[in-house]
Amino acid sequence: MDILRFITAGSVDDGKSTLIGRLLYDSKSIMIDQLEAIEKQTKNREDGEIDLALLTDGLRAEREQGITIDVAYKYFSTPKRKFIIADAPGHIQYTRNMVTGASNSDLAIILVDARHGVVEQTRRHSIIASLLNIPHVVVAVNKMDLVEYSQEVYNNILIDYAAVAKSLGLKDVSYIPISALNGDNIVDRSTSMDWYEGESLLHILENVALHDDINLTHARFPVQYVIRPQTEALHDYRGYAGKIISGIYKKGDAITVQPSGLSTTISAIEVGGVEVEEAFAPQSAILHLEDDVDISRGDLITLTSNQPIVSNELDVLLCWMDSKPLVVGNKYQLQINSRLVRAVVKEFKYKVNVNSLEQEEVPDKVQLNDIIKATIKTASPIPYDSYQKLRVNGGAILIDETSHVTVGACMIQ
Amino acid sequence: MSRYQLNYLDQLESEAIHIMREVAGQFERPALLFSGGKDSITLVHLALKAFRPGKFPFPLVHIDTGHNFQEALDYRDAMAERIGEKLIVRYVADTIKAKNLTEQKGKFASRNALQTYTLLDTIEEFKFDACIGGARRDEEKARAKERIFSVRDEFGQWNPKLQRPELWNTYNGRIDKGENVRVFPISNWTELDIWNYIRKEKIELPSIYFSHEREVLEYEGQLVAVSEFVQLEETDKISKKTVRYRTVGDMTCTAAVESTASNIDDIITEIIATKTSERGETRIDDKVSEAAMEDRKKNGYF
Repeated sequence: MDILRFITAGSVDDGKSTLIGRLLYDSKSIMIDQLEAIEKQTKNREDGEIDLALLTDGLRAEREQGITIDVAYKYFSTPKRKFIIADAPGHIQYTRNMVTGASNSDLAIILVDARHGVVEQTRRHSIIASLLNIPHVVVAVNKMDLVEYSQEVYNNILIDYAAVAKSLGLKDVSYIPISALNGDNIVDRSTSMDWYEGESLLHILENVALHDDINLTHARFPVQYVIRPQTEALHDYRGYAGKIISGIYKKGDAITVQPSGLSTTISAIEVGGVEVEEAFAPQSAILHLEDDVDISRGDLITLTSNQPIVSNELDVLLCWMDSKPLVVGNKYQLQINSRLVRAVVKEFKYKVNVNSLEQEEVPDKVQLNDIIKATIKTASPIPYDSYQKLRVNGGAILIDETSHVTVGACMIQ
Repeated sequence: MSRYQLNYLDQLESEAIHIMREVAGQFERPALLFSGGKDSITLVHLALKAFRPGKFPFPLVHIDTGHNFQEALDYRDAMAERIGEKLIVRYVADTIKAKNLTEQKGKFASRNALQTYTLLDTIEEFKFDACIGGARRDEEKARAKERIFSVRDEFGQWNPKLQRPELWNTYNGRIDKGENVRVFPISNWTELDIWNYIRKEKIELPSIYFSHEREVLEYEGQLVAVSEFVQLEETDKISKKTVRYRTVGDMTCTAAVESTASNIDDIITEIIATKTSERGETRIDDKVSEAAMEDRKKNGYF
């Protein structure tokens, strides 16, 4: 049993909340008291039907205004997999929220309303999925019940979307016709669409191959904390604690610490307090090194045979997440994994139109939800990989030095 | 399965250890909030994995309402002793006296809300800049929106509209003086994940999690332990039942469930079969209003 993290992307009326409610309900992850609470709320409304969407609308502020404010996380599991759903709302702040939810997702479900087909929103969601490099995409054509379960409607949407997928270079795309409201093709195959020969949505989610998504060749270990008990018995103990974000480390491997460039070998590896011969992503571990080299939090231990880029000039795609606009020349803290450096956003190259991927002229001030191509200069060199090549070591956040808020997400090119 | 694949419990464990080490790396004066319940016991187990053979870079802190189960308190003291880590206990009763707070009245008068005052005072007393807690997102709707690093202002308040976006596995713990961060390493675990992990790691728990005989009072379908903290009336239906606890909170607001599950395997079987959520079945304090948790969190509850 492993874990699949996925995001559901859809506009306000695509039935996204209903789909999540349906998945939770049909996989029996909703408990009686939770259902009763919804029934009680539904009674206060006028229509009377149980509204599965209410399962995902968390806060009172949201219920009152009928919107979702931020990314909410939902959980369910089957004997095959544990699922973590990032539910990002579909209103104005959508780009920011979807980028946040997508950053940790292995898969995106892109909802398309069968009546409307591939629309601007569909393109936008797909563009964000591709910019964030989500490995798997499932296009769920919803509300099939409202188009009389028509195969022709479904096929036309497939043809339209295939063009989008091709232009974005999406690697693994599956398609499925569903009705979230009626439960068609969600957990079981629908009897209303005999022409559909694929599997149910849950079956797809349970069987997407995830092991290829973890990179086992580019060994990267950001040091989080140095463990030095300094007791009599453990006087010489010095362990570098961190999580292997990609690759495999073995006892005796030649390693290089970046950005210092110092090299030595691994003398011992511990996982959960037990000494092991090797450890791999995404395990948390403690590495011990042969020589006493200078290493502190934020340094990256890599295999000497496979090095990241080390530079203080970065080309990035930057998603702006703050209500205060970004001004060229502003200074920020840049954090990549556990490394924090001062940075200045030097130059805006172009703005990405999130509905068409076209490059547009950059305005003087970059606003919330804008995605731009920019160059960033850091106060000291950072070790990184291209985000599209190695997601876990190519994403960085920008932090406002005065408010301390996370204001930007950088995908390093 | 390839030898380089991690089981889901190992993935959750690694994620939690990573989060705890980020706390150690980013903060000057962190603390781990310990209640004696299964979730905070799991946190301590994870901290052992994250920092041994070193010492914890934080003390364990317990906010004692005075309404705790004795079994949980005994467990707490024995555990702190066994692992040799510092335990700080602060008492809600002391805050009530010092600040002239008004206690709740009524049958199940709870100190749950007053606990927040003691917690905020303790944070101020020790200048804690980060508090690690065992909250999980599957527990409650308001918690489903919680970040892993959740920034609180100097009044300890949570503002759901002003949460920092949390991307990849990069945690931004930068704060101003007076602010603090609540950190939730087991955010992504469900109740069942916790139990499966406890079984896998053979973690010891206080005895009240397992079936035992107890005098209980039936109240609106829930079973509350008869104790000095609950006001009994003549009409109360009191009986001896075989019960266990799914959650461990105050004796006044935690209900028991009828159960004969006397070991972890039986408990897991029971949880898989159950039709009621953990909080719905056992927490009287969440039922007050639809947004009870949301309101308490906004006021600084953890």
